[in-house]
Amino acid sequence: MSKAYAGHVAIEDISISVPEGTIFGLLGPNGAGKTTFIRIINQITGPDTGKLWFNGERLEEKHLGLIGYLPEERGLYKKMKVGEQALYLCQLKGLSKKDALRKLKYWFEKFGIEAWWNKKVEELSKGMAQKVQFIVTVLHEPKLLILDEPFSGFDPINTNLIKSEILELKKKGTTIIFSTHNMGSVEELCDHIALINNTRVILEGEVKEVRSRFRTQTYNIDFNGSVMQLSASLGTYGELIEHGPEGDHMDATVRLVNGATTNQLLGNIMRTVEVTGFKEIIPSMNDIFIQAVEKYNQDKVSV
Amino acid sequence: MKKISLIIQREYLTRVRKKSFIVMTILGPVLMAALFIVPVWMAMNDEDESNILVIDDSFLFNERMTDTDKIHFHFPQIGTSLDSAKSQMVESENFDAVLFIHEKIMSTPTGIQLIYDKQPSINVIRYIENTIENDIEKFKLAKSGIDQATIEAAKTNIRLVTTKLDEVGEESKSNTELSMIIGMFSGILIYMFIFLYGVQVMRGVIEEKTSRIIEVIISSVKPFELMMGKILGIALVGLTQFLLWTVLSTTLISGGKMLVEQHFAGKETAVSIEEAMTSSQMQMPAEAEKEVSAELNQAAIDKVFESIEMINFPLIVGSFLFYFLGGYLIYSALFAAVGSAVDNEADSQQFMLPITAPIIFSFVMAQVVINNPESSMSFWLSMIPFTSPIIMMVRIPFGVPAWELALSMFLLVVGFIGTTWLAGRIYRTGILMYGKKVSYKELWKWLRYH
Repeated sequence: MSKAYAGHVAIEDISISVPEGTIFGLLGPNGAGKTTFIRIINQITGPDTGKLWFNGERLEEKHLGLIGYLPEERGLYKKMKVGEQALYLCQLKGLSKKDALRKLKYWFEKFGIEAWWNKKVEELSKGMAQKVQFIVTVLHEPKLLILDEPFSGFDPINTNLIKSEILELKKKGTTIIFSTHNMGSVEELCDHIALINNTRVILEGEVKEVRSRFRTQTYNIDFNGSVMQLSASLGTYGELIEHGPEGDHMDATVRLVNGATTNQLLGNIMRTVEVTGFKEIIPSMNDIFIQAVEKYNQDKVSV
Repeated sequence: MKKISLIIQREYLTRVRKKSFIVMTILGPVLMAALFIVPVWMAMNDEDESNILVIDDSFLFNERMTDTDKIHFHFPQIGTSLDSAKSQMVESENFDAVLFIHEKIMSTPTGIQLIYDKQPSINVIRYIENTIENDIEKFKLAKSGIDQATIEAAKTNIRLVTTKLDEVGEESKSNTELSMIIGMFSGILIYMFIFLYGVQVMRGVIEEKTSRIIEVIISSVKPFELMMGKILGIALVGLTQFLLWTVLSTTLISGGKMLVEQHFAGKETAVSIEEAMTSSQMQMPAEAEKEVSAELNQAAIDKVFESIEMINFPLIVGSFLFYFLGGYLIYSALFAAVGSAVDNEADSQQFMLPITAPIIFSFVMAQVVINNPESSMSFWLSMIPFTSPIIMMVRIPFGVPAWELALSMFLLVVGFIGTTWLAGRIYRTGILMYGKKVSYKELWKWLRYH
């Protein structure tokens, strides 16, 4: 789909498919078009061109009750009581009052926040309010859950609590679209990702596959010996990129060249130095993010 | 529909439960009642007694200055000098002021002095002035050979009986003053209601925007539903408050009236509130005049009752409710649009003008229309949806042809649908815009998004 606001294009020819029951990371720098994409799924705005499908059906208003959305910029009515407000928001999602009350009670107990029920929102800390919002988002057991920066404002303990809740929901079959700048949590949680930059998807796929696509054939070697011995033993199979200070236990980074295999390289090295460790350096999502965005921007400039 | 009723419920309950609502609901009628009762009460009770020592060198007014409940005149022995009267006043507690009337008062009616050690009220001064004025006039008339009876006989009091003849040929008596009062009163109420509650709609929208709850809500309901829910919920709040005010005010006023009447029941002359009000302005000195005025008052009261019966109350109340709601609805949609376009209330000023201008304009024009309810300007102003709620309400008590009323109502409904549609389009875009100073050009763009 595409969407333009007067004067600027927000997203252009984006096509994304989110496999059911997985956690899908929606990545991209600020202003790339993620929020617009999410708002279109939530039917807050409509796309200029393109269609959306939900479980094989055209996405319509009736699906809103099956979607849960935690926006990045979120808030609650400050003067309203916590319980009353949670009840109101859940009823707006289509739950009956009775169901909403029962489920709210379960979640409030689970998070240990029953005592907040009659407090006004303005009396809560930011993290406390975030907890309430998370509950309200997942309470109606949505089939598709959209979380925009869900961990912002949480301390590490609560971050872990929310993380385990997210994984729990995934186990129950919920599909989750997870938008964040925190690449650590992407590696930890996501099965698939799409990287949006400057209105377009520039990278998409399974996390494992994407990471292997960005492999650079570099390896970390721990060994006993000298750098001289090591670099001499590399021969035509590899080149030394960097190494640590000289000592009893050394480490160095080596890249395979000329289509050599790891076995060929290791065979050579092992004759001169004692190898204690050998590990491929797989790029982190953080590196991939930066690489992909920078490469895209450079390509654009050269065009 | 279920969702919109949830929204209406929330908007209504959170506002009705607020302390400020309860305080205003109770305070409003108390203030209203105070507005009616306090002046009367003050006129009757708040005045201290005044004892005035009269030195009358003209010897014309001796025994002619009649005492009232609160004002007592004292005449010392003939020959008492002004100076000794002054010292008498200062020394004794019994006198508050000395009134000095010089010899040549008939030829030069100036230079009458009131010397006081305790400031006399404006009523005392006016009463003395009136009495002396009346008496001097009478003396002068008697001198030129006209006697009192001739003057009484020459006094005439005219009241026009105005009768409206409508197309059907039916005559209906009308009381212009009463129509004016009813028209103006309903106009003012509608004006206040639009402002008070329109601004509440705007504040509500700004609150949702700044607290950032808006995005959570519009992922469950359509922005238009949220806007309408808010507008309708607040309309109900307004109606509730209006209803409570009416009930409380009537109770308070009639209760207050009973108290005042009980207070005077023991006195020799039964004084009604109406008389009490006029008496604070001027008290007729002579008994005869009092009776005449009482008769006139009675006639006026009869006439008021007669014209009250003439007024078509079901029509007035019905159309009041219609214009009360219609006026609010047409403007509150615009207030909602303004609220959506700004980040805080201070920024709303620039967009308020085009909304408040027509309301204030109709309020100002109401005063012109009331003097000429059937002019063509009055007609057009009562058709335009932005002015009709106030202007038509001012006209209705004077009698408006049915087709005009129907057309005006129809146009108001069309106007409401139109502004709500426009406002909805601005609202939809505006609520998600942050940190941007919005211009009219920008608003125009929003209107055209699909």
